[in-house]
Amino acid sequence: MNEYNFAYLDEQTKRMIRRAILKALAVPGYQVPFASREMPMPYGWGTGGVQVSAATLTPDDTLKVIDQGADDTTNAVSIRKFFENTAGVATTEETAKATVIQTRHRIPEAKLTEDQILVYQVPIPEPLRFLEPRETETRKMHSLEEYGLMHVKLYEDISQHGAISTAYAYPVKVSGRYVMDPSPIPKFDNPKLEMDAIQLFGAGREQRIYALPPHTKVVSLDFEDYPFEPTKADHACDLCGAEDSYLDEVIMDDAGNRMFVCSDTDYCRTRRARGSQGRLSKEDEI
Amino acid sequence: MTPLLSVQDITKTYGARIGCTGVSFDLYPSEVMGIVGESGSGKTTLLNCLAGYLEPDTGQVIFDTRTDGPMDTVTMSEPERRMLGRTDWAFVHQHASDGLRMSVSAGGNIGERLMALGNRHYGSIRGDAMNWLGRVEIDTDRIDDRPTAFSGGMQQRLQIARNLVTGPRLVFMDEPTGGLDVSVQARLLDLLRGLVREMGLSAIIVTHDLAVVRLLADRLMVMKDGHVVEAGLTDQVLDDPQHAYTQLLVSSVLQV
Repeated sequence: MNEYNFAYLDEQTKRMIRRAILKALAVPGYQVPFASREMPMPYGWGTGGVQVSAATLTPDDTLKVIDQGADDTTNAVSIRKFFENTAGVATTEETAKATVIQTRHRIPEAKLTEDQILVYQVPIPEPLRFLEPRETETRKMHSLEEYGLMHVKLYEDISQHGAISTAYAYPVKVSGRYVMDPSPIPKFDNPKLEMDAIQLFGAGREQRIYALPPHTKVVSLDFEDYPFEPTKADHACDLCGAEDSYLDEVIMDDAGNRMFVCSDTDYCRTRRARGSQGRLSKEDEI
Repeated sequence: MTPLLSVQDITKTYGARIGCTGVSFDLYPSEVMGIVGESGSGKTTLLNCLAGYLEPDTGQVIFDTRTDGPMDTVTMSEPERRMLGRTDWAFVHQHASDGLRMSVSAGGNIGERLMALGNRHYGSIRGDAMNWLGRVEIDTDRIDDRPTAFSGGMQQRLQIARNLVTGPRLVFMDEPTGGLDVSVQARLLDLLRGLVREMGLSAIIVTHDLAVVRLLADRLMVMKDGHVVEAGLTDQVLDDPQHAYTQLLVSSVLQV
């Protein structure tokens, strides 16, 4: 389709976004403001991630889009189609074959490599937002490294629930300097933030881009006597039997039956293709 | 003896209007200074200039820091000033909701300064919070309640605990008893007096309530229209007022 400029955005806009991305990579965890454009989708559907992907894609790239780990949900399908139409790039559902992966709320289970870029969709980039509503004040807190407030939130968790109950968007400290919201990924994924691939975070409505260069040190905040613990459902995947992947719980009927399946559909499919089986794989072939 | 706080010729104007002008005084360790005057006399402007919330137009505020000795807090860098603000200084607001995080539990409120200073041990933070709740006479089983569930007097006491937990040396108080009924005021004043004596705190208390300064303050400054019109020992100023305005102020107090 030639009516669109490559990847929808005009070249000037992509240049502006790339400058923001480069700055974000130079200062890991720092939220770089950028002039976010209106995209042909509502805010909250990944307008930030789409703009970062558009600025990152080249005609040779292979794109994969996931939503909560799945390739086949509305958000993932429509963004993938959007780039098929406007950029004409190849798309894939296989993590290993993709060069650019746009994700909403998950990190793929398969280990990413130095040749890949992971683009996150971020709803609210400011980790301190719900504690301190003033933007001027949170910026000052970042610049002066005043992060005591972040621990107040974790303190409140422990005092109310007996453990750190924050389960997603778990705050991390990047490279010993900036406290960052890793977007609403489950805290199970937090240890994976130290990876070989480039990670870019785009928040469209909030007009911020931030980034983690490869191998950046990322520490999840915690207390000495209540250390950080990645959590997942205590089950194996009922389709592929994987015990190391993050699981979705699916209610099967109104009699209390439920099943647990990998939230990363590509990971599950790859395992099943290799012959791995779970508790329900015979009766429930998908 | 080095003064803890040495204020020299502080002037702050809002355009053509005077906030406060030409204020100078020294505050020595363990000394409590009261600032009284009517509404609009520049008391709060002065306090905000001293505490670093407002930048004065001229003048110096020299604080005797623990590490580097006397330093001018007006010209020091903002990180240094904010560091002072959560270690050696404390600020008790008139409205507890300005000084507390209303959506965070009492324990979290007290613990915030400790966590800001790098304490990362939940057990010890909670222990300190318990201890301080006890010291300001709040039941320790209220530790997980939010300040919104507290009475006005309890909120004010919680605010004091939150401020004193890091062992500051200088406390700024802006009408600490404003809006409280007299019996609650009396209890709060009693508590404050005890803490000030026990911890050897220096304090600057802004109020329009002469009873508060009579009870707490060693020295008194009377302000009118941005100027200090009279200063001296509290009992001396209140019992033998020299300036016409001070005489008016003292005689305006209702006798029950």
